[in-house]
Amino acid sequence: MFKIIVEKGNYRDSVTLMKVSNEVSKLKGVSQAAVLMATPLNKRFLADAGFKGSEVEKAGPDDLIIAIEAASEEVLESSVSRVEEMLSSRESVEAEEIRPRTLTSAVKLMPDANLALISIPGRFAKREAMNALESGLNVFLFSSNVSREDEVELKEAAKARRLLVMGPDCGTSIINGVVLGFGNVVRRGSVGIVSASGTGIQQVSTLLDGEGLGISHAIGTGGNDLSEKVGGMTTMEGIRLLEEDEGTRVIVLISKPPGPKTSTKVLNAASRSSKPLIVNFLGEAGAGSGKQVKAVTLEDAARMASGFVKGKKAGTRPFSDSQSRVRSLAQSESSGMSGTQKYIRGLYSGGTLCYESQVILAPLMGEVFSNAPLRPESRLEDANISRGNTCIDMGSEEFVVGRPHPMIDYSLRKNRILKEARDTETAVVLLDVVLGYGSNEDPAKELGPTIVSAKKLAGTGGRHISVVASIVGTREDPQDIQKQAKVLASAGVVLMPSNAQAARFAALVASRGAVGRKLFGDGKR
Amino acid sequence: MEKDREPEKRSILKRKLKVINLGIEIFADDLKKQGVEVVGVDWQPPAGGDEELLRLLEKLGA
Repeated sequence: MFKIIVEKGNYRDSVTLMKVSNEVSKLKGVSQAAVLMATPLNKRFLADAGFKGSEVEKAGPDDLIIAIEAASEEVLESSVSRVEEMLSSRESVEAEEIRPRTLTSAVKLMPDANLALISIPGRFAKREAMNALESGLNVFLFSSNVSREDEVELKEAAKARRLLVMGPDCGTSIINGVVLGFGNVVRRGSVGIVSASGTGIQQVSTLLDGEGLGISHAIGTGGNDLSEKVGGMTTMEGIRLLEEDEGTRVIVLISKPPGPKTSTKVLNAASRSSKPLIVNFLGEAGAGSGKQVKAVTLEDAARMASGFVKGKKAGTRPFSDSQSRVRSLAQSESSGMSGTQKYIRGLYSGGTLCYESQVILAPLMGEVFSNAPLRPESRLEDANISRGNTCIDMGSEEFVVGRPHPMIDYSLRKNRILKEARDTETAVVLLDVVLGYGSNEDPAKELGPTIVSAKKLAGTGGRHISVVASIVGTREDPQDIQKQAKVLASAGVVLMPSNAQAARFAALVASRGAVGRKLFGDGKR
Repeated sequence: MEKDREPEKRSILKRKLKVINLGIEIFADDLKKQGVEVVGVDWQPPAGGDEELLRLLEKLGA
């Protein structure tokens, strides 16, 4: 039997609600439970799960829904009270610390606050961000769904006050060694990063950390900063700040390729910098001018930055491991595949990693379809249905409004892995596993059993599917990277040291070695 | 709102972060784990999320 309760105008953040949902789902006698905000995506999710009714249809995105299916009336009653208890106990824990109801009262409580971290629903975000700026606070704006016009207005207001707005749609910054949003525990060092991409910061900073190098600061600008409309306002301010920063020796700039006007404007402004600048406009090659060099992939950018700091020239190679070892591993992964299994299915929590994989896969495998494609004509009609070689950004809007980000909530990605395993055309499932603050506390525990099931599922159809992943993380991250790697490997995942290498390896497996010539050239190494 | 509080002239990169968090609570928890002082706001949508009422309030400058 079902019970649905709608609490009008009661807002709770999606991560807190996910934890409550998970705990209540585990109660004895409960067959399913969902506690969530009534966004259109969540209402669809509820309908699919069998929770239907006019109260659900009428509920709006600021209304909280408690939906439970249980064996008896008693269990329904007790689980609803458990939900209420969890929601209020969370409040009481925080109450000991005094939880003001508004930004204004928070500023009174902490008059020397210097930054507001804002992750409320996008339609309210500009209002609060502007309040924060007017109170003299720098802003880290995680919220997405803020218009470009509002973004420009916020950034102009910040400029007039000599403040920094990181965002909207900013996933990661590391300021003075402090991680804001999603980020890894990396060493402090002399590489400064300015990035329109959160996972771009995570990939480059963790690869540098792996080389024994560190980050001075990583300034997230928000995903749209380098659009022609916004014109790189935060990017230019970020480069200026790192130019002034004594601890920064080299600057890495990361973004998807910006519009041509903005690209010229930002690079011209940056050319006044006395410090070397590594420009990673994903997929754009070229020499760069003056002290600027271009990196095609995030891994290349990390390698070049490391080269500058260590004073050595950075070479490029497709894999860290030797060609013969990589080839033989790929061969063993593709043995047992049936003739119908031709395609790579990339399922990403990191939007930029999804983009980087497309940049790498397109020249090797041909067209790659996506919900966030390199070219508009490669856009999938329905993000839920793969076609040919596909890379899905599961952090994009259609998957996250009112839901936690896929780096936290693996449920949609797990369902999708199983769906791809059922598809007779899937050869390789390609994944990113992002560790660090903000992310799920044990991704391998989420993914491991699903991957085992996926392989079994394919096996019953007489197929072998390969699962290839890279872990974005460091030894100091809260999730214990070594344990994560061990659990994933024992579930049959091939782990590569970077996303770029994982994508190349997937291509090698799916093509049964045919792309080897493009990857390695003719020479043996 | 205490409008236009004079921001400290030193850049944010040179200062110890002191943060006000609005929204996802784990972000505040993660900052506390890093030894950062945080005030968490128990944020609720203005006007109970009624967008029409909100637009009206904004027009009135509330």
